[in-house]
Amino acid sequence: MEGRKLRDMFGSESKPGTEAEEGRNTMSQAGPVTETSSQPQGAAASARRAKTLEAKEVNLYYGDFHAVENVNMTIEPNKVTALIGSSGCGKTTFLRSLNRMHELTPGASVKGSIQLDGEDVYGAGVDPVAVRRLVGMVFQQPNPFPTMSIYDNVAAGLDFNAGKIRKADKDAIVERSLRGAHLWDEVKDRLGRPGSGLSGGQQQRLCIARATAVSPEVLLMDEPCSALDPVATLAIEDLIGELKKEYTIAIVTHNMQQAARASDNTAFFNLDESGKPGHLVEIGPTQEIFTKPKKKETEDYVSGRFG
Amino acid sequence: MTPPPADAAVLSTGSTRALLAGEGHRGGTLPGWAPWAAFAGALAVCGLLEAALGWFTIALMLVFGAPVAILAIYAWSRPVEGARRAKDRAVTMAIVAAFGVSMAPLISLLYEVIKRGVAGISWEFFTSDARGVVGGGGAAHAIVGTLVITACAAAISVPIGIMAAIYMNEYGRGPLRRALTFFVDVMTGIPSIVAGLFAYALFELFFGPGIRMGIMGSIALSVLMIPIVIRAAEEVLKIVPQHLREASYALGTPKWKTIVKVVLPTAFAGLVTGVMIATARIIGETAPLLVTTGVVDSLNANPFQGRMQNLAVYAYNEYRSPGVMKQASYDRAWAAALTLIAIVMILNVIARLVYRRYKTEIR
Amino acid sequence: MAHFDTTTNAGQLLAAASGGRRRRGDRIFSNISVVAAVTILALLVGVAVFLVTEGFPAFTAASSELPDHESFLSYVAPLAFGTVLAGVLAMVIAVPLAVAVALFITHIAPPRLAMLLGFFVDLLAAIPSIIYGLWGIFVLGPAAVPAMKWLEEKLGFIPIFEGPASITGRTMLVVGMVLAVMILPIISAVAREVFSQTPRKLQEGAQALGATRWEMIRTTVLPFGRSSVVSGAMLGLGRALGETMAVAIILSVSGGVTFNLIGQANPSTIAANIALNFPESSGLAINALIATGLVLFAITLATNFLARLIIARAEVK
Repeated sequence: MEGRKLRDMFGSESKPGTEAEEGRNTMSQAGPVTETSSQPQGAAASARRAKTLEAKEVNLYYGDFHAVENVNMTIEPNKVTALIGSSGCGKTTFLRSLNRMHELTPGASVKGSIQLDGEDVYGAGVDPVAVRRLVGMVFQQPNPFPTMSIYDNVAAGLDFNAGKIRKADKDAIVERSLRGAHLWDEVKDRLGRPGSGLSGGQQQRLCIARATAVSPEVLLMDEPCSALDPVATLAIEDLIGELKKEYTIAIVTHNMQQAARASDNTAFFNLDESGKPGHLVEIGPTQEIFTKPKKKETEDYVSGRFG
Repeated sequence: MTPPPADAAVLSTGSTRALLAGEGHRGGTLPGWAPWAAFAGALAVCGLLEAALGWFTIALMLVFGAPVAILAIYAWSRPVEGARRAKDRAVTMAIVAAFGVSMAPLISLLYEVIKRGVAGISWEFFTSDARGVVGGGGAAHAIVGTLVITACAAAISVPIGIMAAIYMNEYGRGPLRRALTFFVDVMTGIPSIVAGLFAYALFELFFGPGIRMGIMGSIALSVLMIPIVIRAAEEVLKIVPQHLREASYALGTPKWKTIVKVVLPTAFAGLVTGVMIATARIIGETAPLLVTTGVVDSLNANPFQGRMQNLAVYAYNEYRSPGVMKQASYDRAWAAALTLIAIVMILNVIARLVYRRYKTEIR
Repeated sequence: MAHFDTTTNAGQLLAAASGGRRRRGDRIFSNISVVAAVTILALLVGVAVFLVTEGFPAFTAASSELPDHESFLSYVAPLAFGTVLAGVLAMVIAVPLAVAVALFITHIAPPRLAMLLGFFVDLLAAIPSIIYGLWGIFVLGPAAVPAMKWLEEKLGFIPIFEGPASITGRTMLVVGMVLAVMILPIISAVAREVFSQTPRKLQEGAQALGATRWEMIRTTVLPFGRSSVVSGAMLGLGRALGETMAVAIILSVSGGVTFNLIGQANPSTIAANIALNFPESSGLAINALIATGLVLFAITLATNFLARLIIARAEVK
């Protein structure tokens, strides 16, 4: 039993709470905070190997409605995997199942397994809250917490979850996360101001900083640029290129150029007709998917013949 | 939809001005002051006519004047602007007149309360009670009682109401949720006197007949206040966008912390406003307190012992059993009314200002 | 622990973060909220149970022990009649006015003024009923005396204006008007809400076809808001039925059943009767009053159910 194994490890080696702290501490070492550092912080952390996410025979449902059928795919560590496909083909649903957000929708259910470095995130005894801690998410609409300052937004994950954390440590993590999200220079003088006062692109980068502040292993992005203008979009794409040095990234996008520009691997989802479940057509290196896909469907889609 | 008039073809050959003015339009337009003139004229004619018949009162002049004004504007507009425009004018005037009729008593009420209330307001009114004073004294005991009773009611209702709203909005599913929605509706409809009887019956069971205590009043008021708090809280919790909860969950935050740290702060201004408005609604209740807290002349700030006066009951009593100097008693009744209205208005205004100033901007 | 690099075993991380403490927090918090929800149900059941147990003796008592030496039924019947009469009268007066007020605020007044007026009308809904009572007895009642005299003289052939007209103004008609003033803000708030929600598309569609403002209101706004106005009216009726102090203060009561709205002798209402008699009552008389309260509760419940039913039916459509 997976859960059994998890509990054994937990019981023999660690106390609750400390493990998560440790994860963060190792992170801090990986990316030391130095005011004078002119190098982008992401580069400094390039040594880190993130974790692999593997979907095995994943079927997703909303009540009786079968939304996604039998997906098998591997989201490789320290790479960007783009999920593309026409509207309603289940790519966002699939993405949300990776960190167990799918089950928050009333009536939603999951069959199959999703493994994070071999551990089933749907295993018995695994807390969905813990899964989300390890697999962070950035949403379509930038959604900073409207009641909080920029600083508090970034520190939100720490404040909500960790026990006591030293102010200096917190400051360091906030700064590192904001630098990692290429936002530090723009906001360092107004950390106390509300996050909702930033521009759309800045807000989205703030959300990315918020997600990375809790040191997840994987970052899921659900059309992170769809609400942004082209300039802000490019900035986020650059950022994604940096972030993959530290995290495993899966990104849903409607924008084919974005998939081509920003991803290493591309997975194409499709559905036969409306009302039928969506499924994974093929996954492969982005280069291949866009130039010589194996399936006709994929070729039609990427060449803009339908969808 | 109204079909185009049969003579549309004829009109289409008419002047551009008539066309621009619309179908069925005769091309003319009444001057902007026409409705006012029609109204004033109608009132004057009716007033004179009634005076001639010897029935004149302001009320009758308005009662007859309004319909006459409506007819007048219709008769005036029809030949100039056409039937449809004339009807529009007539209905508009009717609506405005009805609005005026509705506002008149409310304005009169505010005016009278202020005018008569000021006469009874004095330093003594706020600082002394009425113990052993024949036909005099103040309302300090009633003011204190009002505050104590209302504070206790709020202390009971707010936590229960907000937690129940959290249950309904964040946790509730299935039969309990449905039952709750339904019964909160039912509870909103409980007449205040019935709430008072409930509190009395409850305490009579334990303390015997004739029991009167401040806390009994608070419980009666809670029955009235809880559904208001739930409704208001539910409303503001509902507008906290789902994506904020999801953002919090995606950080690995447990549900209860998401509620405490994200949902409630986002809804905070709305919750405060809702609670203040709910408080304003119950602070002036009379009937349930008449049967639970009783009537008393001296100051009592202990809700668990003995009778307790409150402002609304005080006003009622000063009116119902005036002392030897009738007018002084009435003045005090009005002064209590004015004080109450002031409290209610201040609560309402502050509530709205709080909301305007502190509400979370959600895009 | 044996970590050689930043790679931590995923299983350990999952397990570590799954600590029981967090689960407990969730459990405690959701339990508190369930307790609050159940408390409310218990409170409501409590209201019903206590009223029934305390009111029950009056149902079974011999008429000689009850106030006025009547059976409970003949005690409560005129009161129930008065309650319904006052409530219906108030509704008949208030509903058309409330609809007009709502239309004025949403569709006729300039937007800035409309916001102010909306705020003002909401404030009026919060005025305590005792104040409406005082205003009714000191201001409206005396002012209505000549008008009621006129009604008796000119329209006396209609039974409701039969007279003889009261010279104090403490009549059912004045009570109905005061109650109408009280419930008007409630009804108009509901109507205003729904009128302002009439889909823009419909309204603009009507105007694009060249409809005048009234035609637009008649063809889009009123049909859209009809069921809400009905439910608002029922809400107001419920409030008027249960209104205590204004009636207790204004109405000159003599019992009996009459439709004469302007006379000196009027049927009392259940709520007012309780307020007037409760403080001086004891023993079985109190049980009788509580029993009448139960009847009032039943009447208002029925009214509210009817309102919900109307809304539900409209929503199905």
